[in-house]
Amino acid sequence: MDTAQIMGLVTGILFGFLLQKGRVLRFEKQVGAMLLKDMTILKFMLSAIMVGMVGVALLADAGVIALGHKPMNVGAIVVGGALFGAGWAVMGFCPGTSVGALGEGRWHAAFGVAGMLAGAALYAELYPLMKATVLSWADFGKIGLPETLGVSPWVVIIVFIAVALGLFRWFESRGL
Amino acid sequence: MQANRNDGGWSPYLAGALVGVLAILSAYATTVWLGKTTYLGASTTFVRGAGIIEKQVAPERVEANEYFTKEKVRVDWQFMLVLGIFAGAFIASSTDKSFKLEGVPPVWRERFGPSVGKRAAAAFLGGVVAMFGARMADGCPSGHGLSGMMQLSVSAFAALAMFFGVGIVVAAMVYGRRK
Repeated sequence: MDTAQIMGLVTGILFGFLLQKGRVLRFEKQVGAMLLKDMTILKFMLSAIMVGMVGVALLADAGVIALGHKPMNVGAIVVGGALFGAGWAVMGFCPGTSVGALGEGRWHAAFGVAGMLAGAALYAELYPLMKATVLSWADFGKIGLPETLGVSPWVVIIVFIAVALGLFRWFESRGL
Repeated sequence: MQANRNDGGWSPYLAGALVGVLAILSAYATTVWLGKTTYLGASTTFVRGAGIIEKQVAPERVEANEYFTKEKVRVDWQFMLVLGIFAGAFIASSTDKSFKLEGVPPVWRERFGPSVGKRAAAAFLGGVVAMFGARMADGCPSGHGLSGMMQLSVSAFAALAMFFGVGIVVAAMVYGRRK
């Protein structure tokens, strides 16, 4: 293994450990969030984002790390995002959690993994068609929300954290 | 907010916050040691995995495919990250006794019965659609949902809204009460 592979493996083990400890790898947690009955994965994701966005902004401000926005390609995000949402609801796992679920013995996740491998191969086959259609509609490129709104990243971060904390209070008061 | 529940699980706030710390450390470490800031993600690995499998049967097809060429079929940092998720979940679940062999999720069983075949067919089809969408959107709840949001990417806010928005509607249709 080269350095990159070792670093990926170590990071992945820690990531998988935390995903499992947070109990977000379960089918019922994923579907529970989409049925608005159990907000565990939202609590987990928003907590990770809140902490991560502060650190990323500080390191990026200092010029230590680079930001790597994914393109705001409208067709790709809207159509692809909708397809993902629909498939996610039926499968009950997202790509990362499916592999984690296998690790905690939920072997039915393997069917989803097999489907996702097939879906990736299918996308590779149809990529030229996608490029000529959905991907070519409107691409705003790699943009961040702060510069799009013309504000400091910290404004976005403070608003985001305030909204997330408000949601947490609401989840807890409703026992979600 | 309990840090330690009776089933050995941690508070999702705590575990999530620690993932935030891990994401920051990982962005820093990859920049320093690999020369390129790399963020957590998972779905590109399925492209590489599919390419590796397809190579066994039709290597020239993979070779000639534009998308496989673009995403580079190889075992890279993210590929090992995804394998690591499996290992990490195994370690965590086997040390706190939450590891459980399960062929049909209980929630699914309540709605659709104990058939493994039915669950397998639905999960496979769901997986095909989800990954096709994730590749089109260029990310999943890890790449967009965690990494993109941490960087305040416009695409991440839009993608996450689509993921959950459509997920909520479809979940209500699939698991909601009939009639």
